[in-house]
Amino acid sequence: MARQIAFREALREALNEEMRRDENVYLMGEEVAEYNGAYKVSQGMLAEFGPKRVIDTPIAELGFAAVAVGSAQNGLRPVVEFMTWNFACLALDQILNTASKMKAMSGGQIGCPIVFRGPNGSAGQLGAQHSTAFESYYANIPGLKVISPSNPYDAKGLLKAAIRDNDPVMFMESEVTYGDKGEVPEEEYIIPIGKADVKRAGKDITIVSYSKMMKVALAAAEELAKEGIDAEVIDLRTIRPLDWETIVESVKKTNHLVIVEEQWPMCSVSSEIAFRIQKEAFDYLDAPILRITSVDAPMHYAPNLAALAIPDVPRTVALVKKALNKK
Amino acid sequence: MRLIFQVMAKKFTKETYLYWYELMLTIRQFELKAEEMYKMAGKIRGFFHAYIGQEAIAAGCMSATRPEDPYITGYRCHALGIAKGLTLDSCMAELYGKATGCAKGKGGSMHFFSKEHNFYGGHGLVGAQIGTGAGLAFAEKYRGTDNVSLTFFGDGAARQGMLHEVFNLAMLWKLPVVFICENNHYAMGTSVERTSNVKDIYTLAEAYDMPGEAVDGMDPEAIHNAVERAVTRARAGEGPTLLEMKTYRYKGHSISDPQKYRTKEELDEYKHKDPIDLIYAKIKKAKYATDEELDAIKAKVDAAVDESVRFAEESPWPSEDEVLKDVYDVDHPSLFVMD
Repeated sequence: MARQIAFREALREALNEEMRRDENVYLMGEEVAEYNGAYKVSQGMLAEFGPKRVIDTPIAELGFAAVAVGSAQNGLRPVVEFMTWNFACLALDQILNTASKMKAMSGGQIGCPIVFRGPNGSAGQLGAQHSTAFESYYANIPGLKVISPSNPYDAKGLLKAAIRDNDPVMFMESEVTYGDKGEVPEEEYIIPIGKADVKRAGKDITIVSYSKMMKVALAAAEELAKEGIDAEVIDLRTIRPLDWETIVESVKKTNHLVIVEEQWPMCSVSSEIAFRIQKEAFDYLDAPILRITSVDAPMHYAPNLAALAIPDVPRTVALVKKALNKK
Repeated sequence: MRLIFQVMAKKFTKETYLYWYELMLTIRQFELKAEEMYKMAGKIRGFFHAYIGQEAIAAGCMSATRPEDPYITGYRCHALGIAKGLTLDSCMAELYGKATGCAKGKGGSMHFFSKEHNFYGGHGLVGAQIGTGAGLAFAEKYRGTDNVSLTFFGDGAARQGMLHEVFNLAMLWKLPVVFICENNHYAMGTSVERTSNVKDIYTLAEAYDMPGEAVDGMDPEAIHNAVERAVTRARAGEGPTLLEMKTYRYKGHSISDPQKYRTKEELDEYKHKDPIDLIYAKIKKAKYATDEELDAIKAKVDAAVDESVRFAEESPWPSEDEVLKDVYDVDHPSLFVMD
């Protein structure tokens, strides 16, 4: 068996390897250097690369995002860590109005090779302001790419691809998966941006998910298997560009689709998938596409309400049975 | 037409004054013609912000810096683009939205760019470029050059949170940047006095231990001297400076501004300090050029401006397949949602 490392270690290996490979790559963010990272992703990096390339910032998301964006336009390849994507809202103007648009506005002259990364979505009882999942917000923006990996192997290969990419990439992680262990080979590899991955093959129904909701989707598939329902589980891995072809291929086989995600429902990733699949695979669908998302409300603190707010295994199992018209 | 200027060993020679005169006159005549083509001919659309009255700042900054020094500014960007080396042809074509424009017709009046000339544009969100400009400086320092970023913004932008976050970062990291506040006294229709108790914007630097200075923004000599001091400090690794250029725009905030917030007397007071008249008078007094030579410069500038109109008129529109180009580094249909 290949070695097992934690999600945060996989991210760190990607960062370390890319920073050793390219002098123009640097890491900037709150607590990334001397504190070794709020979630220890960047542990030991200051010691290896020094303060020129592993840079602590004051709490000024708009300001340091802007400095990083400007440096990317002038030849560097920054990786900016947000302590959570919730805080990145303060930097949205730089991401939307500068990073994503400069290539177009300059007629192709000035690009912005930058990675913004950090934990996204809910992580237990953190209350309303630390719990939003942002994939659909950034996926709406042409000029950006959005990645949301679910396991250490994908995280490492996709982060390396993101750092080498010449466009601005939003890289979304999760507090609750940083400790997850998974197989990661010693040798170098890159996972191309924009390719979904069939994590479990099956013939009865397609379940599409990404990021930490993949755990729910895969656990639900195991439960369903006990009842003789063979679910195929697709991990999107990249949200923009969206690999809808892989979903279509699966739906052609299973004729049923359920989507499990942590976005709020209005204009979510599942909204776009449902539109695309009804358009591209209408004749293959035997039932309406169903989805389970976050509850359409700010996340409350109380443990029972927090648990209700995001998808779980029992409700996903029930939804799949409903899609299959089974009791 | 492109003006090239090398910093001279001896300060303010005949060449300096003639360079300033020709550059400022070029900017003004270009914008007057562009405004005419907007209003009279309907050839130019969108928001259009003229620099007229503020030309001394472009002149004094250019003579005090090098071509490698990156410049970045807000949406009032025609002048600095021309100063950095964009051709009038490419600028007029951009205003027309033609494929030969300095941003291939994709930017328009507010978004001139030239990577070749280290002009990082024309930005539309007030104050956003303060941070981006500090980032240009960050990259220069990181690579170990001694280039300095000149980051321009207006008095309106001085009230954005970005300014405070970035002043703090630029000082903390000793970034080689000169922040140039072009205080033309009005954020659209709101006077400086109505936006803060701090009316001398240069004093905002004090909060971050940054050197700050007020400069006569109508006088290229004063501007050159202040920028030279700031740039020298930045090249030596001593970090940023805030220069507040007290200036005035003769035209409205944009082409559609009725200007009811100010008096004709106030405008006339500044027109008496016109930077082009000032430098013209100095050239005459020092006998750096004869009337015939000055007339020849004017004729050359006017011809170049007229030629830029002809060039823009005759240039093609962008081809329709450009609509999905330059969005990503590599154009590929899979990157877009297409229904």
